[in-house]
Amino acid sequence: MSQDARIVRALMRRALNEILRVPGGAIPGVLAPTIFMLGLSSVFSAAARLRGYHADFRTFVVPVGFLQGAGFAGAATGVNLARDIEQGWFDRLLLAPAPRGVLLTGIVASASLRALLPATMLLTVALVLGVHSPGAAGLVLAAGLVMTIAAAAACWGVTVALRFRTQQAAPLMQIGSFVAVLFTTAYAPHRLLSGWLQAVSDVNPVTYVLEGVRQGFVGSVSWGHTWPAMLSAAGLLAFFATFAIRGMRRTGAQ
Amino acid sequence: MTRAVVALGRRALRNTFRRPQFLAPLVAFPSLFLAVNVGGLHRTTTLPGFPAVHGFLDFQLAAAMTQSLLLGGVSSGIAIALEIEGGFFDRLVASPIPRVAIVLGRLAATAALACLQVVWFIAVGLIFGAHIAAGAPGVLVVILIGAVAGTGFGAIGVMLALRARNASTVQGIFPLVFVVLFVSSAFFPRDLLASPVDAIARYNPLSYIADGMRDPIISSISAAPVLEGLAAAGGVALVAIALSVAALRTRLREA
Repeated sequence: MSQDARIVRALMRRALNEILRVPGGAIPGVLAPTIFMLGLSSVFSAAARLRGYHADFRTFVVPVGFLQGAGFAGAATGVNLARDIEQGWFDRLLLAPAPRGVLLTGIVASASLRALLPATMLLTVALVLGVHSPGAAGLVLAAGLVMTIAAAAACWGVTVALRFRTQQAAPLMQIGSFVAVLFTTAYAPHRLLSGWLQAVSDVNPVTYVLEGVRQGFVGSVSWGHTWPAMLSAAGLLAFFATFAIRGMRRTGAQ
Repeated sequence: MTRAVVALGRRALRNTFRRPQFLAPLVAFPSLFLAVNVGGLHRTTTLPGFPAVHGFLDFQLAAAMTQSLLLGGVSSGIAIALEIEGGFFDRLVASPIPRVAIVLGRLAATAALACLQVVWFIAVGLIFGAHIAAGAPGVLVVILIGAVAGTGFGAIGVMLALRARNASTVQGIFPLVFVVLFVSSAFFPRDLLASPVDAIARYNPLSYIADGMRDPIISSISAAPVLEGLAAAGGVALVAIALSVAALRTRLREA
């Protein structure tokens, strides 16, 4: 294993250790998507009586929970980085003989892995409650999309953490993914959305990611829904990674 | 005592406004949630059992206010936790002021902020076509219930901060805000909630706080929901303030 890979692995292990050693900070993020799914489906279940939903409301919103979990994992990564900056640990990390890109990769990759925890919790609870299984192909696709979105959200979190250098910026880290996931077909099929939300969801790349994750739950996996989802997720990661890389470079130059 | 509370309250409020990037999420999150709910679920007002309303925006305004006030509580907790982490809290404890003023000063700022949060949502609602059925008196009632409830939520945040002593744990409470909201009638009429949430909502004070603020918006002021809302908000505030003062005393004993 190369030196860079060892550094990435060490940073990932450190981030994952925090989940076990600081459970007070990690458990809410793991449980939140499940709670959100249960809450939404309990509160708005009657909405599925409207024409246009091709599934019960719980099945319809499970994929929303997947992407929210990815967003929370990314934000948590940003918050943890802000804490490391506040406490001086990140400055010591920057002094280490490791390229900035490798440090960023380790931090972001930990978010991708971390996002599988809330997704697993959510999927287990959803299946127990009778949500339709998406099948092996649907699951693999969902996992890949969730990990990519978590990485994109982590890049945003890292960018904000490096800019504000305080944990008080946590809401800014969370709001990005929160908005991106909800201004889609999250709550209702496209034809039931009001006009302005239809327009926003049409240009929001996360809509295509959401539909890509959702397809297995409400029907079958098709290439027609899969390629726009993969392309959108990759595009989002590339976009936010650009800002995170720039932030790391500037931090090193200060 | 009063001077210390006012001075600390003014300081807390000034700090909040000097960092708009941290203030904005208190209104931004619920405003966005409000937009998404209304944009995605506006047709649910046609469902049998939905109360007569001018539009789904009118119904959702109280939910957004309640959510914003809860986030304000989390924010107050984070601010106290950061003061503990940074050592400022210890300097306050060492200063010649009543120690309970440290908690009450923060809560005074939270109450003032709560009034502004409620006004924000009323303004946003009116701009986007909502109607306040009870007019100006109704607005005052909504602000009153919001201020009392906001103080209570702030006290819960302060209590958690004094117990946890670190900001990341208090920050972790953020998703739980949605839990308590989801098991209430804040977002949807109680009769249309799925079981068992409909039953839990009956015992959740947030249901009464949200319904109390909603009543003047969707109808003329009715005694029952408004008084229930005030009582629920007052009850939460009294219990939470008592618990936060107890947490302060525990912390001071352990220091």
